[in-house]
Amino acid sequence: MKNLKQNPLESEAIFIFREVASQFEKPVILFSGGKDSITLVRLAQKAFYPGKIPMPLLHIDTGHNFPETIEFRDKLVSELGLDLIVRYVQDNIDSGKVKEESGKYASRNMLQTETLLDTIEEFGFDACIGGARRDEEKARAKERVFSVRDDFGGWDEKNQRPEVFDFLNGRIDLGQNVRVFPISNWTELDVWSYIQKEKIEIPKIYFAHKRSVFLRDGLIWSAHDQYVYRADEEEVVDMQVRFRTVGDMSCTAAVASGAETIDQVVEEIKASSISERGARIDDKRSEAAMEKRKQQGYF
Amino acid sequence: MKVVKIATAGSVDDGKSTLIGRILYETNSLTEDKLLAIEEKSKINGFDYLDFSLATDGLLAEREQGITIDVAHIYFSHQNTSFIIADTPGHKEYTRNMITGASTSDASIILIDARKGVVEQTYRHFFITQLLQMKEIIVCVNKMDLVDYDQNKYLEIVEYVKYLAESFGADLSKIHFVPVSALKGENILNTSNEMPWFNGLSLISLIHCLEGVSNDENSLMRYPVQQVIRPKTEEYHDYRAYAGKVYGNAIEVGEKVRLYPSENEAVVSGISVFEGALNRASHGMSVSIELDRELNLSRGDLLVKVGEEPQVAKQIKAKLCWMNSDALRLGGVYLLQHGLHIVKAKVQEIQGVYDITKGELNDSAKSKLQLNEIGLVELKLSKPIYYDNFSESRSNGSFILIDTKSNNTAGLGFVV
Repeated sequence: MKNLKQNPLESEAIFIFREVASQFEKPVILFSGGKDSITLVRLAQKAFYPGKIPMPLLHIDTGHNFPETIEFRDKLVSELGLDLIVRYVQDNIDSGKVKEESGKYASRNMLQTETLLDTIEEFGFDACIGGARRDEEKARAKERVFSVRDDFGGWDEKNQRPEVFDFLNGRIDLGQNVRVFPISNWTELDVWSYIQKEKIEIPKIYFAHKRSVFLRDGLIWSAHDQYVYRADEEEVVDMQVRFRTVGDMSCTAAVASGAETIDQVVEEIKASSISERGARIDDKRSEAAMEKRKQQGYF
Repeated sequence: MKVVKIATAGSVDDGKSTLIGRILYETNSLTEDKLLAIEEKSKINGFDYLDFSLATDGLLAEREQGITIDVAHIYFSHQNTSFIIADTPGHKEYTRNMITGASTSDASIILIDARKGVVEQTYRHFFITQLLQMKEIIVCVNKMDLVDYDQNKYLEIVEYVKYLAESFGADLSKIHFVPVSALKGENILNTSNEMPWFNGLSLISLIHCLEGVSNDENSLMRYPVQQVIRPKTEEYHDYRAYAGKVYGNAIEVGEKVRLYPSENEAVVSGISVFEGALNRASHGMSVSIELDRELNLSRGDLLVKVGEEPQVAKQIKAKLCWMNSDALRLGGVYLLQHGLHIVKAKVQEIQGVYDITKGELNDSAKSKLQLNEIGLVELKLSKPIYYDNFSESRSNGSFILIDTKSNNTAGLGFVV
């Protein structure tokens, strides 16, 4: 290969990964099994090649997973020889530390924060790398690449460190930690195009498949009565769907789709007139849902 | 796909958020669900128009107060170009955020309220665009609907801005003007029927002309070492490469380089990325460079081409923007990060503060530099740095000062 024009977003992400490895003692990659965190793993591979990725993955397991995601996660970890740490929201529910939500919109998404903060403390992680992007949501548009969190994981959104040129200042006091977002400047389409170009494998639920679902508030919910509340009158139907974002099953809605290949998915995203987080039930709670979660330590 | 980064700057209430919301709307970048949310919220707030500022003001306090507090990054694409807008607040006290947004952008849109004309913030924006040496500036005269699309009003502002730009030493051919109404969508996507007297390009046509503008591509090659990659596996037993990002002109295999601080010479024996070995790496690429001999190189060291050596000094003079609520103190000690190299810096002298309305230095020594002030300072360093003039290398001509008490990025400096 004589000349290669690197994608500027990729160069930037590699630069950020290398800064994390150099500036922090115990970094970790937050891994949900979703497309953004899978993209992060590929970028980390590139940043440290031919060396190994010098940091473990951390999965905060809500217990309400899509089985395909877990299967995919374990395969990726064993293929790349990575270290994986899993901590369970269920443990905090069992011990009574957090209370499970109830009712129609019950979700474990909020409960993840507590488990994440516990795990950060348990291992003494000083940097948590996440796949959040600024184009996803209004509060995320305000995030720095290196976002400093206080001892309680809180985000002081009005008093963030300036980030000028390429200077990334990761200096913190003991007990604080930094959330790092290497793909801050990517859009949803950038991620999908990258997955397409790099031929990155992703869980099957991102492609069109037949699924038992029910409709509520104009969204398509997975009919999985064990995890997702469904009233008797909410009728289950079979539909051809795929997921555009993958999170806790109780807060991730599907979209009707016939896109079976990555090329078709990219075309569908290009033509879409609904935003990605339009299918996130957790963001529909209020206009400032994300901002409030972040102040409490959500990533 | 090309990526164009633009910073927007305005002052309070000149409709900047509305303008960006309007741009998103006109380029079909607002998805149906977001548009619906704006329609609903506008109705609740009792407006008979769509309040596009709701598309960008992301924080609760911003929506409550109707102001922009922090830099927001907004993404849209139009006709095969990706645009990233760094939307920076217009308030005086948040000027540090304006520097943040502008530093990562190729061009700047400066917004002026047609009713008010040039205000103090406009001077500040000009000063910062000149300080950061931004190549292209679009001056957008907004709220033309409120002055009945009056051509004279517009021309008055244009004349004054030109006079101002000249006094700041700006290149007038790089300053573009457009009269708009963000609220009514005039001169945004298409040229306006309300202003037939205007012969220039609409705002969106103008930002397309910015394609390919880059501030750094043709400057001195500088390669700060981020880390040493030594896999120590059987396959790569003797492999040792220096990971980093290329700034400026391309670097090629076989070229002679000089390393700082040791000033040793070496030859580039390999450049590689995950995909394989390369012959050359150009501006902005994150690569790994191998050298033909074993040398003691570590994070923060700098590779340059032989014949393009930087200046080396333990005492520097710099323009400094102060971005910390705790003032810069004469005699104070800070950490100075230059590239990836960190040294201690003591403030020897604060020679004066710039009068941003004139672009001139107020030449009287001070004991402090307050938040949002820009001054000329003399710093004494614990170890030498290897730097360039900012106009020759943006990456190697700038530095940050870190406050050791709070760990905050407290100042941004430009070596002069």
